[in-house]
Amino acid sequence: MFTIKRQFSFIKHRRLFYLISIGLILFGIIIGMVRGYNYGIDFTGGTMIHMDMGREVSVGELNSTLRANGIDADIVHAGDNNKEVIIKTVQSLDTDAREKVLGAIFKQYDLNEDSVLAIDQFGPSIGDMLKKNAVKAVLIASVGMLIYIIVRFEWKFGVAAITAVVHDVLMMLSFYGLFHITINNPFIAAVLTLVGYSINDTIVVFDRIRENLNLMKKNKLEELIDTSINQTLVRSLMTSVTTVVAIIPLFILGGETIRAFTLPLIVGIAAGAASSIFIASPVYYELCLLSGGPKYKGKKKKIRGRERD
Amino acid sequence: MKKALAVILTIVIFFGWYAALAGIGPIAPIKDLIKLGLDLKGGVYVVMEAQTNETGEDLKKLMSQTQAVIEKRVNQLGLSEPVVTIEGENRIRVELPGAEDANDAIRAIGKTAQLQFVLADETLVLDGSQVKDAGITQDQEHGGYAIALKFNSEGSAAFKKATTDIINGKIRSTQEGIPDSAIMIILDGQVISSPVVHEVIPNGEAIITAGGTGGFSEEEATNLSALIRGGALPVELKEVQTSVIGPTIGLDALNMSVIAGLIGILLIFAIMLLLYRFMGLAANLALLLYILIVFWILVVMGWVLTLPGIAGIILSIGMAVDANVIIFSRVREEIVNGKTIRVAVASGYKRALSTIIDSQLTTIIAGVVLYQLGTGPVKGFAMTLMIGILASIFTAVVVTQLYLNLISESKKLATFRNFAVSVKEAR
Repeated sequence: MFTIKRQFSFIKHRRLFYLISIGLILFGIIIGMVRGYNYGIDFTGGTMIHMDMGREVSVGELNSTLRANGIDADIVHAGDNNKEVIIKTVQSLDTDAREKVLGAIFKQYDLNEDSVLAIDQFGPSIGDMLKKNAVKAVLIASVGMLIYIIVRFEWKFGVAAITAVVHDVLMMLSFYGLFHITINNPFIAAVLTLVGYSINDTIVVFDRIRENLNLMKKNKLEELIDTSINQTLVRSLMTSVTTVVAIIPLFILGGETIRAFTLPLIVGIAAGAASSIFIASPVYYELCLLSGGPKYKGKKKKIRGRERD
Repeated sequence: MKKALAVILTIVIFFGWYAALAGIGPIAPIKDLIKLGLDLKGGVYVVMEAQTNETGEDLKKLMSQTQAVIEKRVNQLGLSEPVVTIEGENRIRVELPGAEDANDAIRAIGKTAQLQFVLADETLVLDGSQVKDAGITQDQEHGGYAIALKFNSEGSAAFKKATTDIINGKIRSTQEGIPDSAIMIILDGQVISSPVVHEVIPNGEAIITAGGTGGFSEEEATNLSALIRGGALPVELKEVQTSVIGPTIGLDALNMSVIAGLIGILLIFAIMLLLYRFMGLAANLALLLYILIVFWILVVMGWVLTLPGIAGIILSIGMAVDANVIIFSRVREEIVNGKTIRVAVASGYKRALSTIIDSQLTTIIAGVVLYQLGTGPVKGFAMTLMIGILASIFTAVVVTQLYLNLISESKKLATFRNFAVSVKEAR
């Protein structure tokens, strides 16, 4: 079993952490904005057709067949020996339009219905709805969790925890902007999951701070928070490690759909682990400085006596 | 007592796994019992948007009518377990597992005017779009109930002409068992009723009675009028999202995620054993039970397992470990602070409990929101995540504790080493 012996002063270096976080977030998001985010067809509207061609076909040739049918598409090879193709277009092809295109492809390459592995089609209105729902979900979930934390802890913990959540979501957006990875429906789901996951991590640290506030009244708040973070550090790392370990095989072996889920989760869990250590508690500290001390300080003398045995 | 309980529990866990993998007696292996989603076994789903300006209650009524009609149509396609759900306010999602020909299926669903009024000689009189309303009414003549039809002006004219032709004896039946004077009401190619015309109906308001004695029962009349009303798909539907998943793609995804899941779980087991020794062993037993519980809940509730659902389960396994890690870290800490192992386990648990509940409950809040607002894949993910969290609280708190207590009370096993504490740390 490993332990971390040295006490690291997180609070003292907090401005550095803020700077690094804000820097990373701005860097990625600005690049994303400038280059444009890479939205999947579920956001822009469009059609994806995944086919087994039986042999490696020329992309150019297939493209000209599609163009003859009025379709402007991106084509990539996939599968073993590049026998499969994935055709993506921002045009939303309904059943009749798809049948026409597929018919042309079948004819040219001597194929039939069985060679169609998968089709996805999204109308343009779907994307807006997805985005709206996602923002709504994050807001509702945040408010729900904020209320819970205020009831169980106090408002400063709540605000700090939500700050960490917002940090994680922004970090993911930054990552996706930086590396130009497709943002699609699974990404949204991952962001929402992360909202729950990251707060879980943060709560564990806060729980410890809350407990220590009752036990170690005489300590300075800065020291107390540092001690609490250090006490829960191993656990924070362990949890993120075990969760990531569980997901990585899925990321490596799973197909494109699953990867769209697991990549943002891995990024998010990393961001969540970092924010629960470097962002949440320091923000709580700032809030305490601003409002003059935590609520728990100097209360509950009895508990102190009991806990010391 | 505790010892017996632990032994029984261990047997139950291993027996449960055996039953889940190999099946036992009348119970099939769990892989045959779990309902797989479209993405795992192949099929078609399509989301259609109603083209309407209605809002509020009217829209709701319109959508549930549409849903009912589509359900009927889908059931006629002869596919196993089709699912028709209303999504958001004005969209309908139709899932057809195992549908081979996507295009045919989609077209059959989306067809609007499926209801036809046809004469006995197969001349079309009018279609569903010309039916304004159909409702039930008292049958004055025979008792019981009858169906009152109202046509729009176009329909009224057509109906007037048809009934005139019938009364004038111009129609000769070409259908076996259908009299010359009948009008067949056909829904999706099936004759749902063939009332006989007794007089010319000029005003577009017709009554269908059961004829003979007693009239229709209330239920018959309600069903028939709903069919007639609904057959005219009350609204035009536009295809906004389609997904076709071939059976091979689905199977690949299933196999891959099962293998990936197994590797992930084995890695976690190894890490827990390595870092927490006997506590890790207890946690691993609890995890085995946890996985069983999650899968059995899926089976018993008849919920559908989707690809994102599998991701949710694997993620929740990672999080289930978390509950154990919180407890174990706490127990270790207590030991290092000089408590005996027995006391450390008890107080470690007590202190970790509020942390676990607070942290997992906040995640559940996010899960509930995700489930409520999410559609399709997101819902599946949220569902398994929530089941997972609840099961993990149970197994970590109840099961792991049982084993840990037992180990801590045993003279032979309750050593620092087994609790992953070095003698130096324990001072």
